[in-house]
Amino acid sequence: MGDGVMQETYNYKVVRQFAVMAVVWGIVGMAMGVFIAAQLVWPDMTYGIEWLSYGRLRPLHTNAVIFAFGGCALFATSYYVVQRTCHARLFNDGLAAFTFWGWQAVIVAAAISLPMGYTSGKEYAELEWPIDILIAVVWVCYALTFFGTVIKRKTPHIYVANWFFGAFILTVALLHIVNSMAMPAGPFKSYSAYAGVQDAMIQWWYGHNAVGFFLTAGFLGMMYYFVPKQTNRPVYSYRLSVVHFWGLIFTYMWAGPHHLHYTALPDWTQSLGMVFSLILLAPSWGGMVNGIMTLSGAWDKLRTDPILKFLVTSLSFYGMSTFEGPMMAIKSVNALSHYTDWTVGHVHSGALGWVAMVSIGSLYYLIPRMFGRQEMWSVRLINVHFWLATLGVVLYIAAMWVAGVSEGLMWRATNPDGTLTYSFAEAVKATYPFLFIRFLGGLLYVSGMLLMAYNVYRTATARDARVYNDAPIPAAALAHA
Amino acid sequence: MHMDIIDLRSLFTVLAFVSFVGIVWWAWSSGREEAFSEAARIPMDDDDRPAAARGGSKTEE
Repeated sequence: MGDGVMQETYNYKVVRQFAVMAVVWGIVGMAMGVFIAAQLVWPDMTYGIEWLSYGRLRPLHTNAVIFAFGGCALFATSYYVVQRTCHARLFNDGLAAFTFWGWQAVIVAAAISLPMGYTSGKEYAELEWPIDILIAVVWVCYALTFFGTVIKRKTPHIYVANWFFGAFILTVALLHIVNSMAMPAGPFKSYSAYAGVQDAMIQWWYGHNAVGFFLTAGFLGMMYYFVPKQTNRPVYSYRLSVVHFWGLIFTYMWAGPHHLHYTALPDWTQSLGMVFSLILLAPSWGGMVNGIMTLSGAWDKLRTDPILKFLVTSLSFYGMSTFEGPMMAIKSVNALSHYTDWTVGHVHSGALGWVAMVSIGSLYYLIPRMFGRQEMWSVRLINVHFWLATLGVVLYIAAMWVAGVSEGLMWRATNPDGTLTYSFAEAVKATYPFLFIRFLGGLLYVSGMLLMAYNVYRTATARDARVYNDAPIPAAALAHA
Repeated sequence: MHMDIIDLRSLFTVLAFVSFVGIVWWAWSSGREEAFSEAARIPMDDDDRPAAARGGSKTEE
């Protein structure tokens, strides 16, 4: 190779497939969220049809947005970044194609089995054991493809974004396999290998690290590549990025118990989870500062570049939700917030504000390149999308704060004689208007995604667009090796 | 001396903390400065605009 006869190339096909499907699944997953938000406002809207009941569609919503939308965005960006920063084509095209089709099969299986009521009952890990096995197989192939590419790199260093993507891939494999251990009882039913409070602790060791590694580390990988590329400046501090990485690795693993405050979990474990959750603020904010300061000297670009608006706003939401999270992990605060809509608001400030916005910004960068174009068909539409999304998140989380704090205060209020001041239904009634505002916020957010889909369609079918399956590796990059 | 699992866990925690402090010290040591700035340039030195957008096929140097 490199003898002038055959031009070495990057695999853009699998990146394009995942990037397009991220948009498709984003719409499906978020529309599902709006649908169940509507059910909370109009409880009888599905006439008691069991396949459409809230309890079955809620896990479909969470699985679709986290694993289908977030997952496809992570696959697309990690495959792009690892190739472009290692100056090497993906380690194996067949494996890469298998991860695409295998992952879509997992998503379709989830979309069929969850409404039918098949669930293992573990939050964010509801899928039954045959699907769990498929996930494990696809994930191992993902790891082989990714690390195989890192190994054959032509660059002397492994760029920091790849460290974050690599940690995300390894940790998710560990979390998924340990937490999904179960004894099958027929093809669609299984029992967890763990019992009692150990089962709860393993579930939330999984659950919180899914937040830390699936929903944070991978997306930080996006930040460390796409923010410097879009601002055309190297990352503010590379050494801070190294400390940011190891800080997250050393502390995230311990934070899970904050999901189990005031439960049968031993008190010391709860306190340990709380302390490590508080420590997490330091690496999180270190990372946020590193991303935002990359713009120093180029702040003016924020006024005109809607992709940068998405990326920088996502970092602001990352900072906000990583402040809110440790605060909510403090036991006395948690006594008020737990089981209320405040938690739902917190999750969505992270999910819609941070995870989705950094993905959307990265996808707007990536998609035109996959079709041989300089930029999206309409930059103005990206701007409209940005404002719809921002307004949507703000409405959503503000409504959930008010609803959640009201619930928390009403549930704990007692009369002088020790009886409860409010019945449960009274607290439900108090949240009613805010559930409607939340529905509106979600509706705005998903309409932004529909604009994105239209923009992607026009970009892909523009007259000067062409499908890029392979992109040449610049000769200069190869010579550098 | 008898060591139980709690001692081993405590030892592991201390080792993890010490290695983190070591990483921070390493990252800020002046010896890493050049390598880090080189690494930070990796995405910046890579022109990933499509050939058409760069004005002609400029892939061969």
